[in-house]
Amino acid sequence: MIRVEQLYKSFGPKPVLQGVNLEILDGETLTVIGGSGCGKSVLIKHLVGLLRPERGQIMVDGVDITRLTEQELTKVQGRFGYLFQGGALFDSLTVGENVAFGIRHLKPMPQFLLERRVSETLAMVGLSGVEPLKPAALSGGMRKRVGLARAIAYAPRYILYDEPTTGLDPIMADVINELILDLQRRLKTTAIVVTHDMKSAYKVSNRLAMLYEGRIIQVGSPEEIQHTTNPVVRQFITGSSVGPIKVPMAGPMSGKSQ
Amino acid sequence: MKEGVRSVVEPPLRWLGERFLTLAEALGQVTKLFRQTITWLYKVEARNVMAQMVEIGVRSFPVTSLTSLFTGMVLALQTGFSFRKVFNEPLYIGSVVGLSLVKELGPVLTAVVVAGRVGASIAAELGTMKVTEQLDALYTLGTHPVRYLAVPRFIACVTMVPLLTVYADSIGVLGGFFVAFVRHGVPSSVFWDEIRLIKLHECYHGLIKSIAFAVIIVVTACYKGFTCGEGAEGVGRATTSAVVVSMVLILVSDYFLSAALVALGIGR
Ligand SMILES: Nc1ncnc2c1ncn2[C@@H]1O[C@H](COP(=O)(O)OP(=O)(O)O)[C@@H](O)[C@H]1O
Ligand SMILES: [Mg+2]
Repeated sequence: MIRVEQLYKSFGPKPVLQGVNLEILDGETLTVIGGSGCGKSVLIKHLVGLLRPERGQIMVDGVDITRLTEQELTKVQGRFGYLFQGGALFDSLTVGENVAFGIRHLKPMPQFLLERRVSETLAMVGLSGVEPLKPAALSGGMRKRVGLARAIAYAPRYILYDEPTTGLDPIMADVINELILDLQRRLKTTAIVVTHDMKSAYKVSNRLAMLYEGRIIQVGSPEEIQHTTNPVVRQFITGSSVGPIKVPMAGPMSGKSQ
Repeated sequence: MKEGVRSVVEPPLRWLGERFLTLAEALGQVTKLFRQTITWLYKVEARNVMAQMVEIGVRSFPVTSLTSLFTGMVLALQTGFSFRKVFNEPLYIGSVVGLSLVKELGPVLTAVVVAGRVGASIAAELGTMKVTEQLDALYTLGTHPVRYLAVPRFIACVTMVPLLTVYADSIGVLGGFFVAFVRHGVPSSVFWDEIRLIKLHECYHGLIKSIAFAVIIVVTACYKGFTCGEGAEGVGRATTSAVVVSMVLILVSDYFLSAALVALGIGR
């Protein structure tokens, strides 16, 4: 179980997280929704210790990871799989080596098993025979799927998906959605998805949480969120430009303000 | 009145203070990077080290050959003319060319060339990895960027730069001999006798410095890459600054290292 308590983080003078409270139960898929730049990536980077908060606690299986040293953190990180927003594939390695990377360093196994695991995992994300390619030879959507294969190859307990469907065509997006559901059903993985794709959010989540102005303003099941009375959440899920959410407009007076 | 004084005095003081804090912080981070690199030295994958040795060492041979060859040649040319003016004949070309190369120009020029070629590429590569979240990905996949990226580059640099230096010294001396023999008519036995007079500790003087320069190059480049700013602009800035900073550090530290080594009796 993961519990986030009163998490604060700013970059320089700019506050990003201002007291986030959130609980992720074992086996569930929780989706964090929120506008671009509201701090969704920053929030999940804290969960694996990639960023350190100014204040607050992050309890992972009963341990506050904000207080761990780098060495101790490495052990915790082995329990997490992380799909990065842009894939973050190692471009000096082949696709196969990328997918094998986590297994090599976290759960070593004999070479023949490793190779089989790599091709199985790639097949799960709808790719096969791409092992010898370099990431530069792949399309954006393929890169994302390889990134996903790399994150799940070593069967982590928790998987963090940073915008798994952004930039994919609708069919491929649905393949990824099915995959997230499948992993949850078969491997009982706990997942935290970050997205602003509402279709995907409704489909994969047990619960949704809306991040707005540095705080979680509502948590609930997909039905509860769909029938919310909170005007901010309403505006976001219906995708309307009219409402309480301030939309920074391009114009001569924009720029440093906001 | 008081307010006026304050408004004049405060900005430069604030600027200085901020500069000082930034520098102190950078020094702290560099020290940490260096310490981590040393602690992980033995836990490195041989495959990665080999790849870096090829990249850093082998690929630097052509440019090192050219620079040192022409440096040796121009040294012989100029020494010959200068000493002709003083002694009426081209004396001591072998000694001047040999000693300058072995103690100073070999190590410094090789380091400067490597800083430009290798320092830039390390900073750009690591910076790009930082910007595209590959460094974060390394963390989440159970490795530390310093261990996986900095350590192999460190080992490769610290072994290959002295090797390149020895090679540069030899090529430079050959170039010097060629010009001394052909242009100034120095007999080959005279030239090589003078080269043979170079003491072993004088060679150590150059080699020790080249190891220090290698450390400067690789630590600066890794630090600049790891702390790279956002986007393509950040990578560009990290690359430039890695090259400039390491070149300045090489030339400045060269003086102090030489003085210290001579004080220790190495290469007096
Ligand atoms: N390493 C960083 N340094 C400075 N600012 C950052 C950094 N990471 C994120 N930010 C800022 O934090 C805010 C939230 O970013 P992010 O979490 O990436 O947004 P998103 O919700 O789209 O994922 C952005 O305004 C971004 O500029
Ligand atoms: Mg993001």
